[in-house]
Order: sequence, then C-alpha cells, then structure tokens
Amino acid sequence: MPAMTININGKDRTVDVSPDMPLLWVLRDTLEMTGTKFGCGMGLCGACTVHLNGAAVRSCQTAIKNAVGKKVVTIEGLSAKSDHPVQVCWRQGNVPQCGYCQSGQIMAAAALLTQKPKPTDADIDQAMRGNICRCGTYQRIRQAIKQASEMKVKQVAEVKR
Amino acid sequence: MSQIDLITRRKFLGGLFSAGAFVLGARLLPLNALAATAGTGSGVDSAAWHPSVYLGIETDGTVIVIAHRSEMGTGIRTGLPTIVADELDADWSKVKVEQALGDTKYGSQDTDGSCSIRDFGDAMRDAGATARLMMERAAAAKWGVSADECKAQNHFVVHAASNRKLGYGELATLAAQQPVPKKEELKYKQASEYRYIGKDFPTVDRDDICSGRGTFGIDARMPGMVYASIERSPVLGGKMKSFDDQETKKVAGVQQTVVIPGFKPPHAFQALGGVAVIATNTWSAMKGREALKVEWESSDHASYESAAYKKSLLETVQKPQKAARNIGDVDAEFAKGGKTHEAVYYVPHLSHAPMEPPAAVVEFKDGKAICWAATQNPQAVQDTVAAAVGINKKDVECHVTLLGGGFGRKSKPDYVAEAAILSKAIGKPVKVSWSREDDIRFDYYHTVSAMYVKAALDDKGKPTAWLQRCAFPSMMSTFSAAATSASGGELGMGWTNLPFDIPNHRAENGPAEHHLRLGWLRSVANIQHAFAIHSFVDELAHLANRDSVEYLLDVLGQPRKIDLGSRSPLAAKYPLDTGRLKNVIELAAEKSGWAKKKPSKGHALAIAAHWSFLTYVAAVVEVEVDDNGKVKIPRVDIAVDAGRIISPDRVRSQFEGASVFGTGIAMMNEITASGGAIQQSNFHDYQVARMNEAPVQTQVHLVASDAPPAGVGEPGVPPMAPAICNAIFAATGKRIRDLPVKKQLA
Repeated sequence: MPAMTININGKDRTVDVSPDMPLLWVLRDTLEMTGTKFGCGMGLCGACTVHLNGAAVRSCQTAIKNAVGKKVVTIEGLSAKSDHPVQVCWRQGNVPQCGYCQSGQIMAAAALLTQKPKPTDADIDQAMRGNICRCGTYQRIRQAIKQASEMKVKQVAEVKR
Repeated sequence: MSQIDLITRRKFLGGLFSAGAFVLGARLLPLNALAATAGTGSGVDSAAWHPSVYLGIETDGTVIVIAHRSEMGTGIRTGLPTIVADELDADWSKVKVEQALGDTKYGSQDTDGSCSIRDFGDAMRDAGATARLMMERAAAAKWGVSADECKAQNHFVVHAASNRKLGYGELATLAAQQPVPKKEELKYKQASEYRYIGKDFPTVDRDDICSGRGTFGIDARMPGMVYASIERSPVLGGKMKSFDDQETKKVAGVQQTVVIPGFKPPHAFQALGGVAVIATNTWSAMKGREALKVEWESSDHASYESAAYKKSLLETVQKPQKAARNIGDVDAEFAKGGKTHEAVYYVPHLSHAPMEPPAAVVEFKDGKAICWAATQNPQAVQDTVAAAVGINKKDVECHVTLLGGGFGRKSKPDYVAEAAILSKAIGKPVKVSWSREDDIRFDYYHTVSAMYVKAALDDKGKPTAWLQRCAFPSMMSTFSAAATSASGGELGMGWTNLPFDIPNHRAENGPAEHHLRLGWLRSVANIQHAFAIHSFVDELAHLANRDSVEYLLDVLGQPRKIDLGSRSPLAAKYPLDTGRLKNVIELAAEKSGWAKKKPSKGHALAIAAHWSFLTYVAAVVEVEVDDNGKVKIPRVDIAVDAGRIISPDRVRSQFEGASVFGTGIAMMNEITASGGAIQQSNFHDYQVARMNEAPVQTQVHLVASDAPPAGVGEPGVPPMAPAICNAIFAATGKRIRDLPVKKQLA
C-alpha cells in the first residue's frame, strides 16, 4: 500500500492505509481525530459530515484515495478558536442536547452558509434533512443557522467597508 | 430526604480530592427508611453508609461536584450541580463537574425513568446548604465573631461589621474541622435568592460539543487497543452451527476471529454471542465481518412473523382478559343497550436508534476489567461484566463517557460485556463499536401492542362506562422468560391510572409471548397506552359533535386527587391531581390559539393530554395534509407542569425534543420481523424524523409551580402520537388507529 498525503485542517498528513478506507475511519482510528462521528456508514445520517474542498461530504462515503490532493476540514479545524459564526450561534442558542450529531450538523450548516449566505427555510430543510438528530434539536438548529447567516452577512459587510 | 456527612476516608473517592480539601457526602435515604432513622442524627451505621452526592471544596477554591448520573442530552451533568452551587452560593466559574465511576456508594446511577432531579435534588440542596453553613461557622471561629454575623456571598464568607472576608478556598481546611450541622439547623435560600436555579445558562458540556471535543463511548481509546465487529444470530437465541473465516483473514488489518458463546436464558444484559472479527481499525473489522460466513441453528423464535403476530394481538384484545383496575360495573352498563363506541389500536415495535450506536472499550488485565462506556447504568456494567468474565463486581471499573443519545438503550450493557469477553480472550484492550445495522437489528425493542377501548355513552356523548384492554409482550421477559403478561409497572404507565371521571371503568391486560429482546424506550408503555386512550377520547368528542378541548375537560371532571390504590411514599408525595392536568390542557389550548383556529380541509389542530413520570403534559398539534397525503406539522404547543424546575432552558429543550421523537413514532418508526429476524437495518428502512418532517416549531409553556420536581425527559413523548393522529382526523376525516401513519393517507 502506498502512503497517501491528505491536507487536513491546513496540515499535510501522510497515512499508510488501504486506499478504499473511508475518510471517516482514517480520521477517527488512524489520526485519532474523533470529532467527526460515525452514525450509519451509508451516508444516511450526516453525523460524519466534513468539508472536502469547501463542500459538505459524508466522510463515511468518501474513500481516502478520493481525498488525496484535496483540502479536508473537520470540526476540529472549522475555526481556530471555535468562533465560526455557526459555532458561536450554536452556543448562543444552546442547540446541543446529547451533542453526538452536532459536529456533522455544524459542518453541514457552515457549508450551507458558504453556498447560500442567506438561506430560506426551504434551503435549510434541503441542506439539513440529511443530518439526523434523534434528540430533536432541529428548531434550534434552524434558528442558529439564521442567526449565523445574519452574523456572517454583517461580518462581510464590515470587511467591505 | 438526605443526610450529610463529612468524608475523611479520601481513598474512598479514588484520589479525586487533595488532602486539604473539604469534602461532604449527602446520603440519600430511601423514603421508606425515614421512620427507622429519624432522630438518630449521625448515628447511622457507617459501614452501610452510601452517599449519593459528593461535594468537595479544594484549598484553591475549586468546588468539585461529582456527577453520578449519565449525560445523554438532558443536561443532568449541569442540572444537579446547579442546585449545589446555588445553595452553596458558589461562583459557577469555579465549579468543576467530575463524572463518577460506577459504584454502589452513589446509590442508583441508573439514569432512566426521568427521576434524577426528583430523586437527588434535595440531597444536592442539603449538601450545598450544609457546606455553606460550615464555611460560615469556620469563618466565624477564625474571626472570633458570631456565626450569625457571617454570610456566604459568591464564594466568600463576609463579615460586614468588620469588613472582612475569606474565600472558600481559604476556609476549606477549617470548614472540614467544623461539626456537621443537623438538618434542622440548615437555612435554605429563598427562591428569590437563587442565582442559578430557574435561570438559563449553558451546560458544562456545550462548548466541548460545539468544537468536537466531547468524548463519547465510541471516542474512548486505550493504548494497544484493537477493534471488534461482531456477527450475531439474526434470530434471538439461534446457536452457531459453524463459521468460516478464511476470506475474513485475507482482509488487510484483520488480526483474528473470536467466538463469543451464546447467552443462557433469560438473556437479560448478557452478550448475545457470535463471532467477533478483531482488527487494527474499525473499518477493517467491519470489512472482515462482511467476508465472514456463519451458519446459525434455528431457534423457537424463528416463527416470529410481525403480520401474523399483529393479527393475534388484535384478537386477544377483543376477548375478555384479566382486570388490572375495576371501578363500578362496565358490563352492567353495556347491558343496558345504550349507545356505544369501540375501537382497536396498534403500535409496532420501535427501535431506540441513538445517533451513537452502542460502543465501549474494555481492558481485561490481572483479573480486573477497566471499562469506558457510553452507559446509562455503570453499576449494571459492573454486574454484567463481572458475570461475563468471572470476576468480582468490585474489580470492574466503569468510566462513563458522554452518551450519544440513550433513550433507554444504553441502560442495557450487553455491548460492554462483549468488549470484556473479547479483551479477556485476546489479552488486549478491545473497542466494540456496533454498526447502525447491529443497532437496528439487535436492539432491546419497544414492545408491540394492541389496545381495545369501548365506551357506553349518555345523551351528551359522555362515557358512562369505559372498558379498555391491552396486550403486549412484557419487557420483563428480558429478565424472566416466564413473563407472559404485562407487569404492574408497565400497566401503571397510563393504563391503570385513567384520569377520567367515569363511574364504570375496567382496564384489562391479556397475554403475549415475546420473540425479541424487549426493553424500555423513552416513556415506555405510556407510548401505546396514551395513543389508544387519547385517540379514543378524541373519537368520542367527534361522535358527540363537541369541541375536543371542551369535551376532554368534561370527561376529566372536577379537579380532584385520584386514589390509585398505591400506598408508596412516592404516590403520597405525587398524587395524580386532575386539576393540574386540567390546567395544562387549558394552557395549551390558550397558547395555541385553539378557540380561534377552526379546522378546514387539510388543516386542523388537535389535543392530547397525558400524565406520566409524575408530570402533567398537554400537546396541541397543528397539521397540514396536502392532496397527496403528505403531512406537515407547522406548530406544536406543549404545556407542562413538572413541579419545581431547575433549568428552564433544558426542560424546554427536552419537550422540543420529545415533540420530534413523538412525531417519529407517529409518522414513520416501525420495526418488523419475519422468520424471527428484523427486517430493517439502517435509516433508509427504519426511518426517523428528519428536519423537514419534524414539527417546524414547538412552543413549550412551563407552569410555574412549587410542587416537588417531577420528570421531564420522557413525559413529552406520549401525547404526541395521539395529538398528531387526532389532528390528521380533524383535517382529513381519516382516523389512524395503526401506527405509524406512513403511507396510510396517500
């Protein structure tokens, strides 16, 4: 097996694993980065969501060989001080209950706001329906996304000024 | 009731506190032990002394509170310490919460039944008040002034007259030399003095979770750890005939296979048995398992077919069964030949499906087992692991991680036993992580049930007799194969405590055999009982052509406390008070705008109200049903009377969550079996409520109450399914009596 180099949270990491191994398990077991969670192994629940070149992907469905040469961002690297607007608004709204799905929820929401800075309710449904929360925090997630959207839009406006 | 003692035997606490720290333990006295110990002061036999709560103050001022209950999303790791910190007048930023190991010295650690605040809140309060008084007295002694002149204020004791103050850290060692005050000497804060109780502030785990740092069972690691994935018999009790692991061993990363012997009935929390694939990582273990060929013998449970079983349950409830509660004479009332109405309801098996599938890491070494597990019940881990690997319970050390959801599943530590057996077999620490397929196929399922209800009606459509019959395999079958009818505990969940004012009433229960492992799932038997009863009362309201809320209040009758025949101290402390149920019904109706929102085609509101876990809940659900039968729930209003509330935000969040959980039960959750094997396997065929299917907003309305605290984790679930189905009826004229709704409206 050839060693592979992937860029995770801005750092190149070299791993010597099967090229078919899903990114999820490389992160969790090989690199011991357990912020990204396992939920279903079939791309059905969103718990393992990370960013691949800025887009939300299910890391359980992404073979490591397909991440080579691309930029992977996980919950650990979404922001330097856990201060991404989505994280800030998640805290403000006390969104988490058990918290297990929240890494994936936060990563999906952050990607949504990159694509659509001002998402409608339908946009939010569409982007977030793939992320299951059994505790049922959906309404706070929706609220936090809207607040993060406002915060981001404000931040961008300030930068432009 | 609780009693406080000073802890001097520090080793008792495993080195958590330093030598100079001031440590108190609050012992929870069982209500029925009060009479025996009242007035004996500290003369309780110390050998039998089991504090449930520990509070320590370090010389640097850090207040350490041991959380002995498991965190699965209710906020209990924050809620109980909140009570101590407030009563102690501690600075919350100096409070550190430490998770307890499993140990009988804490009393019950089984975090289920919505009872953590109810059962431990008073002990927490006493611990805080005791420590505060000892701090004040220690300061008074040091200054040579009267203790009455010293007052604790935000982590200091202040003597205003001389303008002196000492921090809690400075006082810790001195406080430890003070005699422990008697309970009657304690002065509790007034509610108006609370700084944390009743206020919204973050949980201790919130920030870790939002940055991916929270450690769950599946995240635990030990040096030298290997990973296991286990193939189990698809049918309960099927023994292994043979297996072939040739292809498995070719998978990169696979190290070996290990056979886990089958369980001896009753299955209880034992490992199911099977063939484990051991590998250097989770993925290799799973791939190796896919390549494994195992042949299983059949078992008695291979006859289990959900469709046929449903038919037999429906037949059972249409024949007379054993009465569990009987008031007046329903038969005589029915014999009068007046107007009657009857209906049969059905609720399928449900799976917990917590987002974190069961996971644990165990190292078996030198006759001891060290476990890290997402568990609701670390003492059950100790018992189960000890039995599984043949060691003493005290040699099982159970560390409790955060739980990625529990809902009752993680009270059953079969997965920890698996890891222990494997670690003992191969001499390395082993992580067992269940796949989602394992989780859905090998759960301790919520039971399958049928309910029959019949009423005789007067000229206003009000019941003069009410007969109800249920049948479902009991979850007690998990502990005794002979259990073929429901336990009193199960029937007490919404079946034998009908709160309606009906002169003739009989509640019956019929027999049912189990074919799966059964267990408790968030709100347990209340799920099916509430569905039948609150659907039926809504049917009667419509038959009578009366407003559902007005009808419900009429059937509920005058506010009164119902004698349920229990002589337990809990029943005496928490009587079923229909006045409180009436109040939440009125509140939910008012907040939802009930009076103004009249049903139209495809759009309607409906109500259901249920008392469970000693809490009164009414839910008004608004639904929209389109021409294709697609259901949308724009809004839910839930009114809650749970007695005194510690953390309003976390209470609201539990009911918001229950609204979603209950929507899943109503709309799409369904487990079925064929040939004894479960037919669902993952979230594509065991569907749960997603954001676009969940209620868009759930408004929670909390009743301000001075009553003793009751449950909040579960009681939001039961009213949801009947309220949703009642609303669907009001919007479409289609009465759903079999859950889930799924495609019945298409």
